[in-house]
Amino acid sequence: MSNTNLFNVPTMAQKQAAGETPEILFWVGCAGSFDDRYRRVTQAFVKILNHVGVDFAVLGDEESCTGDPARRGGNEFLFQMQAMSNIQVMDMYQVKKIVTACPHCFNTLKNEYPDLGGNYEVIHHSTYLQQLINQGKVKLQGGGEFKGKKITYHDSCYLGRANDIYEAPRAVLEALDADLMEMKRCRTRGLCCGAGGAQMFKDAEPGNKEINIERTEDALSTGADTIAVACPFCMTMMRDGVKSKEKEESVQVKDLAEIVAEAQGI
Amino acid sequence: MAIIQQIAFVIVLGVATWLIRKRVLRIRDNIRLGRSVDRTDNFGDRWKTMLLVAFGQQKMFKRFIPAFFHFLIYAGFLLINIEVLEFVIDGLAGTHRIFAEPLGGLYNVALNFFEFLAAAVMLACVVFLVRRNVIKVERFTKPEMNGWPAMDGNLILVIEVILMFAIFTMNATDQVLQKLDPEHYHDTGRFIISGLLVPLFEGIDKGALVAIERFAWWFHIIGIFAFALYVTYSKHLHIALAFPNTFFSKLQPKGQMDNMEEVTTEVKMMMGMPVENGGEPPAEVKTLGAKDVNDLTWMNILNAYSCTECGRCTSECPANLTGKKLSPRKVMMDVRDRAEEVGQQIAEGKEAFQDGKLLLSDEYISKEEINACTSCNACVEACPININPLDIILQLRRYTALEESSSPASWNSMFSNIETSMAPWKFPPTDRFKWATEWKEKQEAEG
Repeated sequence: MSNTNLFNVPTMAQKQAAGETPEILFWVGCAGSFDDRYRRVTQAFVKILNHVGVDFAVLGDEESCTGDPARRGGNEFLFQMQAMSNIQVMDMYQVKKIVTACPHCFNTLKNEYPDLGGNYEVIHHSTYLQQLINQGKVKLQGGGEFKGKKITYHDSCYLGRANDIYEAPRAVLEALDADLMEMKRCRTRGLCCGAGGAQMFKDAEPGNKEINIERTEDALSTGADTIAVACPFCMTMMRDGVKSKEKEESVQVKDLAEIVAEAQGI
Repeated sequence: MAIIQQIAFVIVLGVATWLIRKRVLRIRDNIRLGRSVDRTDNFGDRWKTMLLVAFGQQKMFKRFIPAFFHFLIYAGFLLINIEVLEFVIDGLAGTHRIFAEPLGGLYNVALNFFEFLAAAVMLACVVFLVRRNVIKVERFTKPEMNGWPAMDGNLILVIEVILMFAIFTMNATDQVLQKLDPEHYHDTGRFIISGLLVPLFEGIDKGALVAIERFAWWFHIIGIFAFALYVTYSKHLHIALAFPNTFFSKLQPKGQMDNMEEVTTEVKMMMGMPVENGGEPPAEVKTLGAKDVNDLTWMNILNAYSCTECGRCTSECPANLTGKKLSPRKVMMDVRDRAEEVGQQIAEGKEAFQDGKLLLSDEYISKEEINACTSCNACVEACPININPLDIILQLRRYTALEESSSPASWNSMFSNIETSMAPWKFPPTDRFKWATEWKEKQEAEG
C-alpha cells in the first residue's frame, strides 16, 4: 500500500456519485473536525481504516453537531432540529453502520436518534478497534513502542456508565502488551474529567478545585507515562490537567486510535 | 384484666392502622402529583432488577462494611417481623405466646433464631451510630444533613436498639415467670441471649415480673406501630419503597435522555414533516421541562420518597467532590420536601402551587446546583436502589433553557454556534472538512 493512500478520505457524496454505498460511515464529530489536537486522532483513525482496507466514507461538510451539548444544556428544541436534519442526511445516503471516535456522538446517535426515527448500528471506535484486533486485521506486532510501557486508561462517562463499555478500550491496550495501570477510581467508579453535560462549553461553578485536576491526580498517581483516553473532551481535560501539574514532558495523553496507529508504525 | 387488654389492643391496632393508612394515601397522592410515564414494559427485566438490586442488595455490596451491617438489619427486619404475627394474634385473642404449644421444640429454635437476629440488629445499629456520630463518615456530615436529617438518622437507629432491648426484656421475664406460673406461662425452653438477663429478674415478686413482662410486650408492639408510622414521615421509607422503586427504574442505557414528544411535534412541523393529528395543538399545554414537582414524573417523586439519604451519590459526584454546591442527595431531599409541602397545602384545602414557591429556586434546588452537573451518571450508578437524580437535574435545565432562556451565557453562545455554525464552537461550517483536505495537501506537498 502506498503511503498516500493512508490519507484517503472519501465523502459520502463522492461515494454516491460513484454509485457506491460504503460499509461504514465514520462520524468525525465537531471536536474531531475542528479541535487541533483531536484532528490528529481523526487522522490516526483514518490511517488505520485505510491500512486495514475498510470501505468507509465521511460526511465532510454535510456533517453537523449531533446536538448532544444542546440537549445536555437543556435546549431540547435545538437538539431535535440537529438530530432530524442529521437523520435526513444519513437516510439520504442510506447509512446503516456508523463508527465514531466521540463517546458523546456515539451515545446520542445510538440511544437518542431512534426516538426521532434514526435507526443505525452505532459503534464506538474503541469497540471497533477491538473488533479489528480480534479479527486479526490489525496486528500489533509486540506492541511496538508501547510494549511494557505503563499506560493508564481513563474511562469516559459516556462510554462507561452511560453505555457499559468498560472492557473494549482495555482489551485494545492489553493487545499492545502494555502494562495497564488502573486508577483507584475506575470502571463503574471512574471519575468524570469534568467536561460532560455541556460543561466543556462553560466555566465550572464556584468550588474549591477543578474536576480535571482531581482526575489528573488519580492518573498521575498510578505512575503511568501515558494516559489513554477515548473521548475528545476527556483528551482536552486531561491534557490541561497534566499541563497545570507541569508533567507534559514526562506524561503524554493519547487516544486509543493514536496508540494503535503508532504501534503499527503508520 | 385480659379483656381490658384485648380491648386496648384493638384500639391501638385500629388507631395505628388508621394513621398509617392516612399517611400512605397522602404519599400516594403526592407521588401522583407527577406527570405520567410508562414503566410497565419488560416485566421480566423489571422483576429481575427488583430481585437483584432491592431484595438481593446487589449494589449495596460495592461497599462491604456498611453493606454487611445493613444486611444484618435488613434480615432482622424481615424475619423478626414474623414474630409480630404472634403479637397481633395474642393481642386480639387475649392469648399468651399462642405458637409456643403447637410448635413445641421448633418454637424454641425459632425464638432463639430471632434473638440472634435481634442481637445482630442491635450490634449493627450501634456500629451505624458510631459511624455517624463518632467516626463522622464524611457523607453523613454534608451541609444538607444538618438539623432534622441527621437527627432522623440517629432516631431510627436508637428506636431500633430500644425495640430489640424490649424483646430481650420480655423474653427474660417470661422465662422467670415460666418457673413461677407454668400453667399460664408455657415452657418455651431456654432462650440463649435473653437467658443471660434472667439473673437480673430472679427474686423479683411475681406481680412486678408480670408488670415488667406486660410493659415490655406493650412497649414492643406499640413501638413497632409507632415506628411504622414514624417511617412514613422519615427518610426511612426505603424499607418499603426500595422494591417498587427498583421495579420501575429505568432500563435503557444510563446515557439515554428521554425524548420530549411535544418538542418533536413542533420541530417536525417546522421542518415540514408529517405529524400525528395533523399538527393540532395539544389540549393541555404542558410546561417545557420542570420548575416544580408537578412538572416532574411520578417516578422522580417516588425516587425522592425512596431515598434514605445515605449519600453514596453525593460522595461520588465530581461536582460535589470539588466543592461545588451540587449534591445529588440534596436534589432528592428537596423534591421530597416540596412534594410534602404541596401535599399539605392540598390537604388543607388550599389551591396547590399558589404559594409563590418553586422547586427550581434558591429555596430548594438552585440554578447554581443544576448548572454544575456533568451528567456523568456517577450518582445513578452509586445509588443502591437505582434512584436517578440526573433525570431531575436535566428536566430542570430544560425549563431554564426552553421556558426562561436563562441558561448560563456561555451555553447560550454554544447554542447559537450550533444554530449558525453547526458546531458548538464558532468555526465556519465550510472549514469542517479541512482536517482532511489540508492534511492531504500537506502530505502531497511533502511527497
